[in-house]
Parts: sequence; structure tokens; C-alpha cells
Amino acid sequence: MKEVSVLVGGRAGDGINNAGAMVAQLLNHLGYFVYISVDYPSLIRGGHNFALVRAADEPVGAYNDRIDYLVALNQETIDLHLPHCPDCTVVANADLVKSLQSGQAISVNDILKVESAPPITGNSAMIGAFAKAAGIPWEIAGDVFRRHMPKAADENLRVARRAYDQIRTSRPVPALSGKTHSLLSGNEAIGLGLVAGGLSHYISYPMTPSSTLLHFLAGNAERLGITVIHPENEIGVILMGLGGAAAGAKTAVGTSGGGFCLMTEGLSFAGMAEIPIVIVVSQRTGPSTGLPTYTGQAELQFVLHAGQGEFPRLVVAPADAGEAYRWSAAAMRLAWEYQIPAFVLPDKTLSESTYSVDYDALADLPVADPVLWDGQAPYRRYNDTPSGISPLAFPGRKDAIVKVNSYAHDEDGITTEDAALVTLMAEKRRKKEAKLKEEMDRYPCVSVRGKTDASTALLCWGSVRNACDEVAARLGLRVIQPVVLSPFPDQQFSAACGGVQHLIAVEENATGQLAALAREHGVNTEATILKYDGRPFTPDELLRKVQAVIAP
Amino acid sequence: MTRNLITPAQNTWCPGCGNFALQHTLKDILAGFEKEGRSLDDVVLVTGIGCHAKIADYLNINSVYTLHGRTIPVATGIKLANPRLTVICCAGDGDAYAEGLDHLIFAAKRNIDITMIVHNNRVYGLTTGQYTPTSPLGFRGKSTPAGTTEYPFNPLELMLASGATYIARGYTRKMPQLAQLIRQGIAHKGFAFIDTLQICASFFNMTEYYQSRVYDLAGHDTADFEKACAKAREWDYNRDAPIALGVFYERALPTFDDRYPARALSAGERSRRIRDLFEMSG
Repeated sequence: MKEVSVLVGGRAGDGINNAGAMVAQLLNHLGYFVYISVDYPSLIRGGHNFALVRAADEPVGAYNDRIDYLVALNQETIDLHLPHCPDCTVVANADLVKSLQSGQAISVNDILKVESAPPITGNSAMIGAFAKAAGIPWEIAGDVFRRHMPKAADENLRVARRAYDQIRTSRPVPALSGKTHSLLSGNEAIGLGLVAGGLSHYISYPMTPSSTLLHFLAGNAERLGITVIHPENEIGVILMGLGGAAAGAKTAVGTSGGGFCLMTEGLSFAGMAEIPIVIVVSQRTGPSTGLPTYTGQAELQFVLHAGQGEFPRLVVAPADAGEAYRWSAAAMRLAWEYQIPAFVLPDKTLSESTYSVDYDALADLPVADPVLWDGQAPYRRYNDTPSGISPLAFPGRKDAIVKVNSYAHDEDGITTEDAALVTLMAEKRRKKEAKLKEEMDRYPCVSVRGKTDASTALLCWGSVRNACDEVAARLGLRVIQPVVLSPFPDQQFSAACGGVQHLIAVEENATGQLAALAREHGVNTEATILKYDGRPFTPDELLRKVQAVIAP
Repeated sequence: MTRNLITPAQNTWCPGCGNFALQHTLKDILAGFEKEGRSLDDVVLVTGIGCHAKIADYLNINSVYTLHGRTIPVATGIKLANPRLTVICCAGDGDAYAEGLDHLIFAAKRNIDITMIVHNNRVYGLTTGQYTPTSPLGFRGKSTPAGTTEYPFNPLELMLASGATYIARGYTRKMPQLAQLIRQGIAHKGFAFIDTLQICASFFNMTEYYQSRVYDLAGHDTADFEKACAKAREWDYNRDAPIALGVFYERALPTFDDRYPARALSAGERSRRIRDLFEMSG
């Protein structure tokens, strides 16, 4: 694999994420697949801020220990990172970096003075300097500036060009023939997927790492034709969502583990009252407040079992932005086809990292439209049908009396304690689950990757799959990643495990939650590789751990 | 079409329960709507959980029988999804003032155009007699056999502080006035709050107490916030005082739902804009 990693570091407030995004776009336009992490490796402490861009000639979704370029906006970046990558090429701001042993520096202040440009354009100088050090042709750099810095493009371009001309190419990054991709964070992809699936209302209370989904949808509400509301708390969030859905608005809510705790009574209401809703739970390190800005995969069993009583639910856990888009759209449609709660379960790594996505490769799953009432009165909200799915009507529909109920109810939605009716309605909900499972068998619920006939396989879910892919490529292993976790895709999962003699679960939790789920469905793992310090597996680290497990 | 406004569901309220009066009042209001040519298809009743909430089963109109304390967020979601609907919440005092107090305050703060009727019998009936946030100090309930050790709060004062734009108090034994207060609340554009005193025949029968203290708020200036505060404080739900019934405060303000105009795009337009965002990010 041809790859290059760039670390851009500076003080909080220096616009590091934007600078990282520009570096990523340069490499994107050079034909690379890119991955941007805003995670903080454990060696970094304090208010230091950095973005890590990894680019390669094949899709990547993890960062490694290796850094090729260090773009230092301040001295701290050099002090903290250079000891870990002594061979990297340094491009520094000479105004703030005083002790540069190797590499090149520009004086951002001098450039701004010469160009009479405002301080806000200073990062453009650093990006221009990096572009030249990496041998990126000015045509590409100029194009990226015009596309992605349309505000004051001329000023930024002049600043960048002056820096570009002051630097010599020291470690050229070869251009590839690959196409340019869309660069989307996991949360952006989830948001766009929900809209593609028909979203009209998004309701959320801020909670890291789901907040950027709220921000993205709120920022694009008018453009996308949706309404975005931030209510008083997560109880209000889910109940407002359910009210909207009961009135016909395709609604999603978003939160993280703690906020989802508050939503569980509403979740159970959705199950009983058969109100469709999509719930995005972006996982961070727990328990309790935990590590708010760090990653984890400890909510799988919680989300599978949350809420009192028994009712069908869909749970999908995408691994990258492309999957996040496709499965969020599907979750929205499936929630409405079956009138059930549907979960999208990203982790912090997926939510906040940025990935290369090819829009044209994202075919929709052919999920049917919701069944609507045919207008033949009387309307019965919970009409029992062979599939268990009752045709939908919403308040306001002529001649429909729509009675939605959280109590055990009859087909009209009137409260009942009648044993036969209670049984009938429980079985109605079970029928929906059986039909959902049958439909899901037609979709790619389990992704089998790497060397697909290898007898040693890594079992994983969510963003961890990206590190597993790299390790599997290096060691010749199979990767088995269930994207759909409820209803559990038994058939596809056993097919995926066919011929596997050594199954190793790789998860970012302390107990092996997917391994437990697999065991419940008759598949035992031989070993688990678990990480629960809030940091994602790097491929290098995982490689060592897998080698230790499979060594004879 | 004129419909039978009562469902066949068996009514299980206790004899003498104040809920009957509220049900009859709402039924009469709905019948009045039909006479005026208003379609009841556009009315939604949202209830919490408690004795009051059985009204969702009994009134033959659209209803969402929600969770304890959660009428308001559900009603808010409904109103935002379809602003054409008339959304009426029936909640208990345990519902609105204990379990769901945060939502009540926020509904007033937002001025969402819904009507909130609190069936305030000042006791938990369905769970067989415990104190609520409006029970008087010393109330002996099953969870406080020695008497409560906290003062009630005054929901009217709370709503005034929270920004409600229509605040009224009714009493189930003054049905014509109660009907007028609810009708006016439904007609009010914004958050309408009607605290309705009713007795619990089994656990807190206050008929005699209320009968001797209630009076009409005649000649009160409902536009004057300070006077509304003074009137609201006259009886604090604890010590003996005259109990005013009527509209305490009303003012016109833009509503929450008005600030969220419908934006729905055609499927084709929506896909095009999604595609645009993909392209812009590359």
C-alpha cells in the first residue's frame, strides 16, 4: 500500500481541523483515498490540538503510528510529536517555532505583511508550504483553495502562493490516477443518509460525539428541507420525535449512551405503540460520563436490550462513511416499513472521522414504502394483518380516528387487559419481527472481507473493521463484520463463518459484546482482542496483538 | 359526518369522579366544533398516564395515550409535524407537575400552540392515594402516612414565570365556565394552560372546601402581568384563601410552530441537494 500521513498541529483555536481538511483535500485531489482523525493519541496531553490525515492508494479508515509530514503551527507541535517521528519532514511556522533542528520554516507574519492579508489567512500559508514540500503541483493546490476556501479565495491564494514559492520540495508525494472522492465525516454521512431515507424532522440534545450530527443537520436544514429541534432533554427529544412520527413526520433522534439512558422509556413506547423512529446512538467511552471525546463500543448489548418488554428493533452498525450513508437511509425506510424503532450505532471514531466516499457506489437498498390506509372506514390503527403490519393513517386524515396507545391495546388502539387480545397483539409484533428478518436476508447484513476463504478470521463491528481490514491484508486473514446486529442475521453469519477454524473477536470494549452475541447465536470465538482505553486500534498495534494470538 | 363522540370502551372512573365533568365538557366542546363545521379529524387528544388519561379511551377522536409526564413533548412533536391540527393535552397533576414538570416549563417558554388541561385533583388516584406537587402541607397519603413535609407549589405562578401566554383556572363543578375557559384556550394561539380543580372521590374529596372558596375573576385585566401575579398568589394551594376561577393572563406572542415553516422538498429535489453536498465535499 502506498501511503502518506500528515499531522497538522497547533493551539486550540488555530483552525487545526480546517487546516487538516485542506491537507486532506490536497491529497484527495492528488488521487488518494484519505482518512482524517480528530482523535487524540494517548501521548498527547493539554490543550494541544491536531488533525491527522492519512492518505493511501486504497480505502483507509484508521491512523497508524507513522507520520511522514509534520505541519507545525507552534513549538508545542514539534516538542510533542517530533520525538515519535524523527524521520518526518517538518514544515513549520518560523514565527512560533524557534528551535527547528531539521525541516523548513516560513514566517507567516512576514507573508501576511507583504500581502496585507488578515491573520485569518495565516493557515493558508502553512497549507501552501506543505503543498510545495510534498511536491503537489500549484494547479492542484490552487484548485483546492478555490473549491474549499471560497471566502476570500484571492487573498488566501496569494498567501498560499507566496509560502509555496518560499519552500523547496523535499519529500514528493506522487500523484495517483485515482479519482477524487467526497470527503464526509461519519456523522455527515449519517445525516445525509437519513435525509435520503426520507427524514423530515431531526431532534437532538447536544451530546458528544453525536453533536456534530445535530450541527450538520441544523446547518443544512433549509437546504435539505428538514426541521431540526433541540429540546430540553433527551426524554423530551424522543417523545417529541414519537409525537411527530405519530403525526406522519419521518423523524430521527440522536444522542450518546448517557442521553440514550433517558430515552429508553420512550423507546419501549415506540415498540408498544408501533411508532417508527430512528435513534442514532454514537458511542463514547463509558460508563457514566466516561471519556466524552474518546471512542468505545460498549453500547451494543445496551442498545440490543434497552427498554422494558419485548418488541422488534433494527440495529445497524456501519464501519465507514459510505456504509453510514447507505444504512442510515435503510434504517429510516425500514423503521417506517415495519413501524419499529431502528438504531444507527456509530462509535466516536466513525462519527467524527472523515472518509473518502464514492457517491455513485452507494446503491439504495430496495426497501418498500410504508403501507398506508386505503381509506375504507373504520380505520383501525392496530389492524392485525398476516404480516403484522397495520396500514398507517395519521391524525388529520379524513374519516380516520387514529388512536395510538402505550398501554396494551386492541386493534382500534383502545386499552385492554383481555388475555386473548394481549396475546394477539404480542404475536402481531412478533410477526413483524419475523418478516423483518426475512427481508433482511436479502440485504448484505454481514460483510466478509480480506482473504475470504482464510481459516482464521477477525470478527468485528463498527469502525474497528477498518483496522481489521489492514491487518487481514497483511496477514492473509478473513474479516467478518456484521453490519446488522438486530434482527441477528443468523444465516448470513453462519455462511460468513463457513470454514473458519480460528475466530478472533476484535472490539473496543472490555467484555467482548459482539463475541457474546455470536455465542448466543451458536458461534464461539477462540480469542478476543479488546481495547477499552478510549483510543481506537491502530493497524500496527492490532497487527502485533493478532500475531500474538495466532502465534503457534 | 357527525360521529358518536364516546367510544364503546367501559368507563372505569369511580362514581363521583371529577373526570366525568371534564369528559362531558370536552365532549360538548367537540360537538360544538362539529356544529360550526370544524372537522374533528383535525383534533388530537394527548394524554399522560393516570386516572385522567382514560379519557383517551373514552373520547372517540384521534388520541395518543402516551407515558406518565410526557404529554407535552408528544403534543409538541405532533403540532410541529402538522400545524393544521388542534392539539389538546389532558394531563394529571402528578403527570404535569411532578414527572413531566420540565416539559411544562419548556412548553410555556416556547409558546407552542397547544392546549394543556391539567386534571388537578391534588392526589395520585390510579396508584391509590399518594401526595402530588399540589397537595397541601401535611397531606397524609400512603407514601406519607405522617403527612407531607413539603409545601405545594403554585402552578399558576410557575406558568406566569415560565412565559405561558394563556393561564386560567377552572373547577369541574363550574362546568359552563370551565367549558368557556377551555374553548378560549383552544382558540388562543400559543400555549394555553388551564389548571382544573377537580375532586378525587376516593382519595381527596375537596368538594366542600372548594365550594365555599371559589369565586369568579370578574373584571380582572388579563393583559396585566403584575395583576395576574397578584391574583395567582391569592391562594397558594396550601393555606385558606379565596380561590379565583377564570383567565388570569393572556397575551399574543409568536408561536414556536410558526417559527418552523414547512420546508418539505420533492424527492427529486431532495436527492439533487444530497448529491450537491457530496460533490461539494470533494
